[in-house]
Amino acid sequence: MEIETNDFKRCTLVKANGRVDGLTAPKLEDTLNSVIDRGVYKIVFDMEGVDFMSSAGWWVLIETQKKCKRYNRGEVVLANVQERIRNSLDLVGMGTYFKIFEGVTAAVGHF
Amino acid sequence: MLVNLPAWYLMPTMTFPGNYTSLPAISAFITQFAREAGFDEHDVYAVELAVDEACTNIIEHGYNSEPGEITCTCQSTEDSIKIVLKDRGKSFDPEKVPQPDPTLPLEEVSARGAGLFLMKKMMDEVHFDFDPANGNVLTMVKHKSE
Repeated sequence: MEIETNDFKRCTLVKANGRVDGLTAPKLEDTLNSVIDRGVYKIVFDMEGVDFMSSAGWWVLIETQKKCKRYNRGEVVLANVQERIRNSLDLVGMGTYFKIFEGVTAAVGHF
Repeated sequence: MLVNLPAWYLMPTMTFPGNYTSLPAISAFITQFAREAGFDEHDVYAVELAVDEACTNIIEHGYNSEPGEITCTCQSTEDSIKIVLKDRGKSFDPEKVPQPDPTLPLEEVSARGAGLFLMKKMMDEVHFDFDPANGNVLTMVKHKSE
C-alpha cells in the first residue's frame, strides 16, 4: 500500500492506494498519527485507490476520528469510497461516524 | 493433452504462515478460485473480506505472534463456494464475542467483534469447530447471488 499526503490551506489530504488490511493498517496509522502530531486535525482520506479494506483499516480511521474530533479540533472525512467498501463500512455501523464525499474537491471544500 | 477442469472438480488447498504478511497471498488464492467458480465481483469481494477477517482473527487472537500456520481449502459447486480454514491457535467461544453497536457515541466505539460480524454478514454459513486434537476448523459457505 502506498500513501501520500498533501497539505492544503485548511486541511491535509491523505491518499492511500492498494489494500488496507491487518498488514498495512499500521502504516496508515503511522501516517495519520504523523499528521495529527503536526497539529493538523482536519483530514481528508481519499480512498479512490483503496481496492480492499478490512475492519483493521476501519479501526485505524475510527481511532483517528476520535483524536480529531476531541475538543472539536477537526475531523476525518472520506472521499471516493468504492461502493463495496462503503457497504462493509455501513454493515458494521461505522458509516455514521464519517462524512463521505464523492470527490476530493468537495471533501477539501468542506473545511 | 490439456484438460481444463471446471472449478467444481478442484479442491485446492494451500498452507500459509500464520502472520499478516500472508494476507495478500490468501486473498489472491481465494479471489482466483471464486472467480473461476463463476462468482460475480460483488460476491468475490464478500468472500475475500470474510476470509481476510477470519485469518486476521486467527493471526491476532489465535496465534498472537506465536508461530503457526493457516491451511485454506476451497471447494465449489454450481452455485456455492465453501472455504475451510484450519489452524492450531488458541480457540475461543464465538458466542461471547460482542456485536458492533452502531448507536454508541464515537468515544465508546470498539473494534471488538467487527471481524466476526462481517464474516457472518458476508457469508451465508459460518461454522466453528474447536477440537484440541485436530485444531480449529472454520467452515464458511456462500451461495451465488441471484
